[in-house]
Amino acid sequence: MCRRPDSVCLRNPVRRVGPIGDERERELGEDNDAPLKRTAMYQRHKDLGARLIPFAGWEMPVQYEGIITEHRSVRTEAGLFDLGHMGQIEITGPDALAFLQYSTTNDLSGLKPGEAKYTLLSNEHGGVIDDLIVYRNPEGEDGYTVVMNASNAPRDVAWWQEVRARRDDLDVTLNDISPNTGMIAIQGPNAEAITQSLTSTPLGQIAYFTWQNGEIAGVSTKIARTGYTGEDGFEFYAPNESIDAIWTALMDAGKDSGLVPVGLGARDTLRLEARMPLYGQELGDDISPYEAGLGWAVNLDKGDFIGREHMAAVKAEGAKRRAVGFKLTGRGGAPRQHYPVQVDGEVVGEVTSGAMSPTLQENIGLALIKRSAAGVGKPLQIEVRGKLVDAVQVKTPFYKRPS
Amino acid sequence: MSAPENRKYTKTHEWVLVEGDVATLGLTDHAQQELGDITYLELPDAGDSVSAGEPFGVVESVKAASDVYSPIDGEVIDRNESAIDAPEVINQSPYEGAWLIKVKLADSSQLDNLLDPTAYNEYADEA
Repeated sequence: MCRRPDSVCLRNPVRRVGPIGDERERELGEDNDAPLKRTAMYQRHKDLGARLIPFAGWEMPVQYEGIITEHRSVRTEAGLFDLGHMGQIEITGPDALAFLQYSTTNDLSGLKPGEAKYTLLSNEHGGVIDDLIVYRNPEGEDGYTVVMNASNAPRDVAWWQEVRARRDDLDVTLNDISPNTGMIAIQGPNAEAITQSLTSTPLGQIAYFTWQNGEIAGVSTKIARTGYTGEDGFEFYAPNESIDAIWTALMDAGKDSGLVPVGLGARDTLRLEARMPLYGQELGDDISPYEAGLGWAVNLDKGDFIGREHMAAVKAEGAKRRAVGFKLTGRGGAPRQHYPVQVDGEVVGEVTSGAMSPTLQENIGLALIKRSAAGVGKPLQIEVRGKLVDAVQVKTPFYKRPS
Repeated sequence: MSAPENRKYTKTHEWVLVEGDVATLGLTDHAQQELGDITYLELPDAGDSVSAGEPFGVVESVKAASDVYSPIDGEVIDRNESAIDAPEVINQSPYEGAWLIKVKLADSSQLDNLLDPTAYNEYADEA
């Protein structure tokens, strides 16, 4: 099921794509009529003239000024994102580490207070339930805080409850803090300077993939140096009732530094250029991390964990499919999720993500294809609405920020 | 931007400007707003035929691909190459620079089924 804001979610990718305006439903990909949830920033988005769409059960801004201009602002200046739809769970107790080690793929045993790591919530078949950032809580606070994709958070929590019931030898407490937790992110080359003007915390001391308690404009928040854009920047976690104060202070402080609000549309093109995976596209219940190119987030030597045997077998045999980056060399529109990929007339896989890259001005994409067809420089053909368009596999990330 | 008086409109957000037996087709302002940044345009060649109610082209924005429908039958006599080269013109100027194709009308009575500007504005406001 496609939940992304920027893709068509074609049910039948051959030629018929439907009339204008239909994409709201197509991008939604959700057939239920449950009322949409709103983040604490909802009224702010309305006031800013955002275009709001349903996304993973939430009513979220897909764009304010326009996807391309917002994308460029993040690459050259700075952008502010509302991520209040994302889920957070606190995992505490004497066996919190053992519980996370058993239910996720990466080795978290080395995390010091305040440090974070990317890991995967695995299923019993060696597939992926969700991708996660696990923060060890700062010095003086017990346990871990885990950030989950909005679309997966309810089933992640249900799964962890099931695992906890099965592993009653582990003394662990799960606390889903999503409903009360606001989350925003500032990303881009000017992000640190803008944020520093509002806090006494020396931001230079917050390393990539760490977080600290601090204050922004006098409001208590966790300040994390993480993001999903390929740029430097911070994510802020604070109670719903104080998140708007942080947003407003940042917008004021950043107005002369090019800071603009950025919606989910540009968030998706930014993460694609940086080759960051999106669950439901590059990752899924039936895709091995080794196929997705995320073997680095799996540690087979840390002890037993759910799905370990299957993952070890895939690693030993070599993954049958590979996630590859490509760019179109022929003309024919942007590659999009589920478009078939061919080599010499044979279908070898499908596109998982694709877009016209605002930074590179080229049509780029990721595809999951047969291993034998994979290799930088090797050709592919992408079936765009029934027509084959030439493509070539390229090194990823497509974009890397200047150091 | 409200719909210009001199045209007819479709519920799929195309406009039609008729001069003699030639109909020029384009996308409305509502359509370009709905789509967002337009990045790609696919149009038929001169000599191709189009049919009422059938798609004749594709317009892509960053986030979606959509069909463009013809409200009339006829033969394509010209297409807007500059809009193909720089499709953002549809965002900038949907009613002037950004026409899509010109069609030799086969049956002018088909125009009677289309919306007038007032009816289209009301329809687009509700959409």
